[in-house]
Amino acid sequence: MIAELGLVALWLAGALAGLQLIAGSLGLTARGGTLAGVVRPVAVVQGLLCCLSFVALIVLFCETDLSVKLVAMNSHSAKPFIYKFAGTWGNHEGSMLLWVTVMSLAGGFVALVERRLPERTMLATLAGQAFVSLGFYAFLLFSSNPFERSSPVPDEGQGLNPLLQDIGLAFHPPTLYFGYVGLSIAFSFAIGALVTREVGPAFARAMRPWVLGAWIFLTLGITAGSYWAYYELGWGGWWFWDPVENASLMPWLAATALLHSVSVLAARNALRAWTVMLGVVAFSMSMIGTFLVRSGILTSVHAFAVDPERGSFILVLLAINIGGALTLFGLRAASVSEGERFAPVSREGALVFNNVALSAILGIVLFGTLYPLLAEAMGAKVSVGPPYFNPVGAIFAVPMLLVMAVGPLLRWRRDAFARVRAIVVVPALLVLLVAALLAFRSGIGALPFIGLSLAGGLALASLLPLRGRNLRRTPLPVWGMVTAHLGIAVALFGMASDSAFSIEKLVAARPGETVSVGPWRIVFDRIEPVAGPNWTALEARMKARYDGGAAVEIHPQARYFWTPPQQTSESALVTRWNGQLYAVVGEDAGDGRWQLRLWWKPFVTMIWFGGIMIALGGLLAMIGRVASDLRRIVARGKIAYRRGRQGR
Amino acid sequence: MSDPAPEAAEVKPRRWTLWLPLALFAGFVALVLIGLMRPADREVASAMIGKPLPEFALRPAFPGRPGLSRADFVTGGKPRLLNIFASWCIPCAVEAPQLAQLAKQGVQIDGIAIRDRSEDVSAFLARNGNPFVRIGADDVSAVQLAIGSSGVPETFVIDGKGVIRYQHIGDIRAGDVPTILRKLAEAQ
Repeated sequence: MIAELGLVALWLAGALAGLQLIAGSLGLTARGGTLAGVVRPVAVVQGLLCCLSFVALIVLFCETDLSVKLVAMNSHSAKPFIYKFAGTWGNHEGSMLLWVTVMSLAGGFVALVERRLPERTMLATLAGQAFVSLGFYAFLLFSSNPFERSSPVPDEGQGLNPLLQDIGLAFHPPTLYFGYVGLSIAFSFAIGALVTREVGPAFARAMRPWVLGAWIFLTLGITAGSYWAYYELGWGGWWFWDPVENASLMPWLAATALLHSVSVLAARNALRAWTVMLGVVAFSMSMIGTFLVRSGILTSVHAFAVDPERGSFILVLLAINIGGALTLFGLRAASVSEGERFAPVSREGALVFNNVALSAILGIVLFGTLYPLLAEAMGAKVSVGPPYFNPVGAIFAVPMLLVMAVGPLLRWRRDAFARVRAIVVVPALLVLLVAALLAFRSGIGALPFIGLSLAGGLALASLLPLRGRNLRRTPLPVWGMVTAHLGIAVALFGMASDSAFSIEKLVAARPGETVSVGPWRIVFDRIEPVAGPNWTALEARMKARYDGGAAVEIHPQARYFWTPPQQTSESALVTRWNGQLYAVVGEDAGDGRWQLRLWWKPFVTMIWFGGIMIALGGLLAMIGRVASDLRRIVARGKIAYRRGRQGR
Repeated sequence: MSDPAPEAAEVKPRRWTLWLPLALFAGFVALVLIGLMRPADREVASAMIGKPLPEFALRPAFPGRPGLSRADFVTGGKPRLLNIFASWCIPCAVEAPQLAQLAKQGVQIDGIAIRDRSEDVSAFLARNGNPFVRIGADDVSAVQLAIGSSGVPETFVIDGKGVIRYQHIGDIRAGDVPTILRKLAEAQ
């Protein structure tokens, strides 16, 4: 019964999306004016119905209703409740339903509250949103129905992939989807603005909170994903340029560029066509990323999400949505009237440079990710890794970071570099000082050297916009920018410090032996077998002392799962303010010795700390923007109210 | 406009550049379509296939057994398997039953032990069985690199003229045995 209710709600929501598309498009024509009135309510109801459908699926999973095929395939009555709940989206159909639910709710929210844009642009935006949603509804209803019944009803479900039974992973997909959906709203705004050619500050202000919100979620998603790979994969690395990591990085790069160009458009009414294009590109990158992961066209560690047939479906959706949007862009962008002018040395100029650099890095990552495919089409097999991405990316990243330090100090419209020279000389000197000190240490690679030299100066420079301000009256968005830029400097420091100063030790040790790595002395006590719910493990018992301090017990494990047979290593970490000790236990060397892999990674945690700061910066800016929007709405309401009273 | 207009400005893009994103995207779709059409082939094809074995002569991996040289393959007779292994390699122990099965079916298998000690090799063979006719010792991986092998274990099908016909990377699983047998038959 609940399954049927969910399916009916999903069909109705899909039908309403169709209605929203038709009414929105006709509403734009001269004769269809009367239809325009239904678009907003339809969008709201569509969101609610889709939400109802998703709630039905959650209920089915929580009750473990095994007559539903999807539940039987992915759940188990003996599973802990939280995994039953999270299992709702721990599979292809459920995750797609979650995506379209968040998307339609966001669309309904926009329909309900967004009143700044011209009504025609709103109609086109909501029609665009309905168009994108329709593709997902069709995908769900025709090729991945989550409510399909199975007969006969099995006695027990098949359980969830053990790798996915991790609380962090349970919330990984929703985080990403919030990010992608935010970008889909930006995409729809861009479509709406292209259709009506109304690109201006109002459009930018309407779009900005969605871009900011999406960017916060993507930043958190990438930060968390990187930390997960770091502690779970047991290689001591935190970024592998794996296709899936790239798929998450590309929308982030596009969203970062969009975030900055939207600010220019909102504040100065410049960069019109460019902002619209980034709005299209950011969501396109989300879709391309999803496609690359789901289709299995590139092999990667995320191979459990692979399904070629569905990949083809996503490709068709992708071709229609992105191809359509870019065609519209080609047709209309030239007639989007030119924005305000500005000098090369100005806040806008710096932001344009940042945008170009981010886009270049995006292009580099996209090219590197697709290159194996390109080579294969020409009959060669290659894989692309850090030796390409790191130096080629740095060519653009380093100038971009320098401009990031100076840009916020420049005035809008036109400025002279001479004016800020006196201010930036202090961070510049700091950069030179650190570089000079580092030059005495040998064995530091070129990129870590540049990173370490820049980090301190960048951190200092990122605080400079606060100089001379009354800190209590400084607007939240400025605090947000400062925090995010400081976070970039902090993360850069962590990355460079990890590459420059990490000490790695691979030893074969007998129980009782002591290993030293950097300032740490680690006593290897013994190996013990331990058993988990669906795995057994060999656990190493070790005592680690930092610089003669108190002993900390650490227990890295080599785990063996039996369904499916799989071996994973659970690293043991000791976190200090100045870095992390990372221990992995490996194979039995055969003669009573065990392979131990130990790293001392100074300040490696700064990478993720920086990531969180960046997201926090976004959050501050978001709160500031939304609060001032609310104030404006309230003030307008008051004026309207007073006028109404005077009129009577 | 009376105020001094800034010299450089947001230049209006040329018309054709506006179509550039669409062109790039079309290229992406075309590339992906080609990728989807091609049969899924995730094996690494060896550049050495079709090439003759290089000249080499290795000392025996342990005393009292024959060593291995190129001449042992150029027999004009049946194709042989060349297995690259090491006593310190765990997947090599995993593939031992499959090699034994192949040997039992009459396949002639020669081995090259990589960076190994003779006592370790004999202990390994005592533990896992010895499917090999000859075993050469490659102490510096010279022969291994010369035939295009990058790790252990790897297995080559060599025809009667000493030409490499097939390279299997990684351990031979039970499911790989039919493929190996087919490649041997093709190399006749």
